[in-house]
Amino acid sequence: MSEATRTGAKPYDEMHSADGAVRPHYQPYERWLHEMPRELIERKRSEADIAFHRVGITFNVYGAEGGKERLIPFDLLPRIIPGSEWRELERGLAQRVRALNAFLADIYHGQEILRAGRIPADQILDNAQFRPEMKGVKVPGGLYSMIAGIDLVRAAGADGKGEFFVLEDNLRVPSGVSYMLENRKMMMRLFPDLFSRYHVQPVDHYPDLLLETLRAVAPAGVVDPTVVVMTPGAHNSAYFEHSFLAQQMGVELVEGQDMFVQDDVLYMRTTQGPRRVDVIYRRIDDDFLDPLAFRADSMLGVPGLMRAYQAGHVTLANAVGTGVADDKSIYPYVPEMVRFYLGEEPILNNVPTWMLREQDDLAYVLDRLPELVVKEVHGAGGYGMLVGPASTKAEIEDFRQRILAAPEKYIAQPTLSLSTCPTFVEAGIAPRHIDLRPFVLSGGKQIRMVPGGLTRVALKEGSLVVNSSQGGGTKDTWVVD
Amino acid sequence: MLSRTADHLYWMARYTERAENTVRMLDVSYRMSMLPGVNGDGHADWRAILDISELTDAYARTGRPLSPRDVIEFVLLDRDNLSSVWNCLRAARENAHAVRGKLTSEMWETTNTTWLEIRELTPARLQDMDLGAFFEWVKFRSHLLRGVTVGTMFHDDAFQFARLGTFLERADNTARLLDVKYHALMPAGEDVHNATDYYRWGSLLRSVSAFETYRQVYRDVITPHKVAELLMLNDAMPRSLHACLDEIVDILGQVANSRSCETTRKAGALHASLHYGSMDDIFAVGLHESLEKFLACINKLGDRISNDFLMPVATP
Repeated sequence: MSEATRTGAKPYDEMHSADGAVRPHYQPYERWLHEMPRELIERKRSEADIAFHRVGITFNVYGAEGGKERLIPFDLLPRIIPGSEWRELERGLAQRVRALNAFLADIYHGQEILRAGRIPADQILDNAQFRPEMKGVKVPGGLYSMIAGIDLVRAAGADGKGEFFVLEDNLRVPSGVSYMLENRKMMMRLFPDLFSRYHVQPVDHYPDLLLETLRAVAPAGVVDPTVVVMTPGAHNSAYFEHSFLAQQMGVELVEGQDMFVQDDVLYMRTTQGPRRVDVIYRRIDDDFLDPLAFRADSMLGVPGLMRAYQAGHVTLANAVGTGVADDKSIYPYVPEMVRFYLGEEPILNNVPTWMLREQDDLAYVLDRLPELVVKEVHGAGGYGMLVGPASTKAEIEDFRQRILAAPEKYIAQPTLSLSTCPTFVEAGIAPRHIDLRPFVLSGGKQIRMVPGGLTRVALKEGSLVVNSSQGGGTKDTWVVD
Repeated sequence: MLSRTADHLYWMARYTERAENTVRMLDVSYRMSMLPGVNGDGHADWRAILDISELTDAYARTGRPLSPRDVIEFVLLDRDNLSSVWNCLRAARENAHAVRGKLTSEMWETTNTTWLEIRELTPARLQDMDLGAFFEWVKFRSHLLRGVTVGTMFHDDAFQFARLGTFLERADNTARLLDVKYHALMPAGEDVHNATDYYRWGSLLRSVSAFETYRQVYRDVITPHKVAELLMLNDAMPRSLHACLDEIVDILGQVANSRSCETTRKAGALHASLHYGSMDDIFAVGLHESLEKFLACINKLGDRISNDFLMPVATP
């Protein structure tokens, strides 16, 4: 989950250029919107709400009324990306994910990048996300993060042009792809005529790509691999997505209790007796995978799974130990990874980041707390962060004490002027801040993604926090030619 | 298919069937209690209801009197009574929820709607309701789920395990009903020849939707012997033990795996005892003894099915 930062300069408007004119790729939409009676839009809105409720596309919010199911607000106004822009993003995303996978393979084998001194060794080896159990373990295709969600934001440059930045890499169990698919289905159902005005690139083949990706990373020698989706269970916040993806791929949705390991081989319990499992698309954290290897109190995992995995008898997607590459303390080094492993300049830039364990950076940041965004290195979901411009003096002082107590736990970034997209709100249509999470699939030799991804929108005026757990919504995302 | 998935489908069907049969039983006693002079002090019937479901002790612990209203409330709605209709329908819905991806949307909506409607029902609200209509509602929700299952679900193993749950539960419930009612209705050595008995036996038949069938099959006055025969041995009577075993044996043949030989054999033997059995033989052993033995077999069969195909259970 990513968090964004608060606007200082005038943000980049996805629909309108600086002089107020509608950008070319939004013009057919604008004309259509003009012809649509407002009541009709209102009716479509409630239609969408009812449909989402009935299908049960909900998520559980932690801590809210004992895990109550809630609907993620869906905004009817699509986020439109020109095809040329997307192709550039696609290149950048593929490059970044290729480098991140190369980094993970290196870290768990030769550790060349540490020996070359490009990243301080203690940053990696002392990181809680580094899994020594993975040292020397061969994984199919040398791939670790087969399913990656890369969070992008667009900020206004000095020239008024928007530039995409990578805000965060999600290499463990990125979620949200089911909303991307359901949002498209809903838009096509509500406004079929709109799709005749645009050539919107399709996304609904994502489950096919995912299944192909998973089959491509089966252990060597397996001809017709058995793939499963592993969920922590029906009470998990993303359970809908787990069961949705399993159903769409036509594979079993399993829990830990459905599987067992015998002689380092993993089986699931079926009505026809034990059946061997070759690939697990696991939607459960490393810590809970195997009580014998990690948290002994985990009831969600499978005893012995890690041994079967280390023996190469089953593939986990994503691999164990990918967290060492998407940790916020490692994020600043990703451009260096691109240069080191690929010998290329990064196509997508990072947001400039200060690492507070560095004395100079710490002093600089402490002087400018009211302007900056400070994040906990291990935080996620928009929790444990300070958005300077949006905080009171007391909050800032409180956070200052927390930083001083353990500076190495924090990074800081400038407050980005996150781009906005027109959004339906109570008062009509108004700009709201958005981000973008494309899903990048790596299997075999290929890196593939469906055009676009999940656009999240901060529905509160001025807010930059797009996380669904913090009141964010989603939009359908169109890549158009 | 995944054992846990099969397990949820099986229990979804079992709990739904149990709710239906519980209500069938209540319905009969309720109607009987309204017939003047038919019911004596009325307690015997209500005690029988608790006996059938093995709830006598649990009921005694609540300290409630043995009045129709109290028993109906307890059996229908009591949150602590795990066999109450309310709890059965909750469990059916929970099992369905766990395997939503394997259900058709009609199946899910049917079981979910049933639960949403009974969830808020309290004893106070029950007071204002037409009980007969409510019993009908529960019965028809069960009919609906079964019909929707047959009519919309892909007829693969998942479907077979849902059916297996229905027939195993039904065999158990019919046997219990017959066992308890037979002895409650038949004081030792007496024959049935008066109007009271006619209504009592008639009501037992009605509770399993077999009144008209009885007429059609026997064209004769109602005799306990024939009632037992219809509910045990007649394979065309959909709630009879024989008919249930026909289905169970058929399903076990279709889902057989490398471990299930002994289970298939045991089910086959039980089926044969009904298929080739006669009421004379059954009465020679004793009806109660025969039914008790049958219930024990069904219970063991259920455990074997769980261990061979579903989620293993501990067998004593």
